Amino acid sequence: MTIFQSVFDIIGPVMVGPSSSHTAGAVRIGLAARSIFEEQPDEVDITFYGSFGHTYKGHGTDLAIIAGLLGYTTESVEIRHAYEMAKEAGMKVSIETSEEISEHPNKARVCMKKGGRSMCVSGISTGGGLIEVTEIDGFNVHMSCDEPVTLIFHRDRPGLIARVTHILGDENVNVSQMEVSRKGRGERALMLLATDNPIPARALRSISLVEDVGPIIFLSSLSASTLSCKED
Amino acid sequence: MALTTHFSDVLADCRKKNLTLSRYFFEREIAIGDRDEEEILQKMERNLCIMEDAVKRGLEGVESFSGLSGGDAKRMLVYMKEVSPLGDSRYFEAALNAVAINEVNASMGIICATPTAGSSGIVPGVLMAFRNRLNLDRRSQIDFLFTSGGCGILIGNQASLSGAAGGCQAEVGSASAMAAAALVEAAGGSPEAAGHALAISLQNLLGLSCDPVASLVEVPCINRNAVGAVNAIVAAEMALAGVKSRIPVDEVIQAMGSIGRMMPVALRETALGGLAQTPTARRIEKQLKEKGKVDLDKI
Repeated sequence: MTIFQSVFDIIGPVMVGPSSSHTAGAVRIGLAARSIFEEQPDEVDITFYGSFGHTYKGHGTDLAIIAGLLGYTTESVEIRHAYEMAKEAGMKVSIETSEEISEHPNKARVCMKKGGRSMCVSGISTGGGLIEVTEIDGFNVHMSCDEPVTLIFHRDRPGLIARVTHILGDENVNVSQMEVSRKGRGERALMLLATDNPIPARALRSISLVEDVGPIIFLSSLSASTLSCKED
Repeated sequence: MALTTHFSDVLADCRKKNLTLSRYFFEREIAIGDRDEEEILQKMERNLCIMEDAVKRGLEGVESFSGLSGGDAKRMLVYMKEVSPLGDSRYFEAALNAVAINEVNASMGIICATPTAGSSGIVPGVLMAFRNRLNLDRRSQIDFLFTSGGCGILIGNQASLSGAAGGCQAEVGSASAMAAAALVEAAGGSPEAAGHALAISLQNLLGLSCDPVASLVEVPCINRNAVGAVNAIVAAEMALAGVKSRIPVDEVIQAMGSIGRMMPVALRETALGGLAQTPTARRIEKQLKEKGKVDLDKI
């Protein structure tokens, strides 16, 4: 079984401690939720499940997820001041824990509000700082956030997926992974597309003009690293 | 280059092409990725900087976020300078570097997971204690990390690197084995001797459980990093002296994986057994749940 390929899977990631799964993973869940919501929410209700619920105080899981929601990364030393930073940024935060049995021991659900908009995103921390987004606005998904993904909300109807993939094919964009989820037959639906090359703006415009499509959200990957060696 | 997970194949390749382990793993990194040599070296250099900064910060004295740990690296530094250790000071320096990094980790400071956050002190702890003694230039220090990381790949793919899957032997045990192999190469030992150091150091820590107090990466994790560092040095010196592991290195790694699978869940990072369920640990956990911080005078 080959899980580890690169020496940087072993020597890395660079992260704020103390735990890759309870801290680094939580930052990334917060970051993912923020990018899916496409703006910083005014109000967030965070629910921790399983091990997250039992140990979040000691691991700073709450600080980590709030910092992520404010746009900080796993390498930000400011994470410890997350509550103060949220206050300054005008983001109201509430935390609760749930005894509900979740499918994974390290799960968090983040419900975000701003103006009239609201959205809930759930994520699990799968180890070593890796995460999976498992719910977006009531849709069940499996999104690792390690590669760019385009989210297309639409209405469930025959031929719509074909229209979208046809437009991508015409632009020579190859779909590497795809997932669709719907609330019910003929109701709201969500399409997740990972592509080998970026979707050109022209194609996104054409897709947005397809009947029953909208909105479209583009998510870049969360793996970017910014720290560098300090000059002594 | 075929991507093997076995040390025996790596050794055969090194012999055939007359490569050091670090060169082997560096070339392998170029072969698998889309990065060029310069980028790979820069990325590893950056990791080394993070490790150095973490040791520096830890030696200044930090407190963990929970209040359960901190300040021990500083205490050890004062002891080393003012009292002087009973044993060789380089062993003690490796131990205190390792504690320093892990205290920084517990204080929510920046570290480089090597291979995990909870075992991140061992490899850099050993490297930084010996780099002057061995006259290692910057590139040789980076090579030390390539050897460590490469050995970590072999251990992770044949066994495990996660406390939840394999107990502490998979974290501190693996980190110690990685450091032992790298130290042998840095001291001029052969790849074969590095393999014996890896095998000896991992054998010494087989069966180590992961039973962290209040689920925190602090007790016993921080002190275990000191032991992991010293164990790596002993194993490296033994291998340099010509001591051989009677059990081949790949079989030792697989034994670690097999012990991990046999280990009860209570001893695999769940805090349901061992040290985590002692009366004092339970009081600490209760205090943490109620007040969000541990008051060491009141447990």
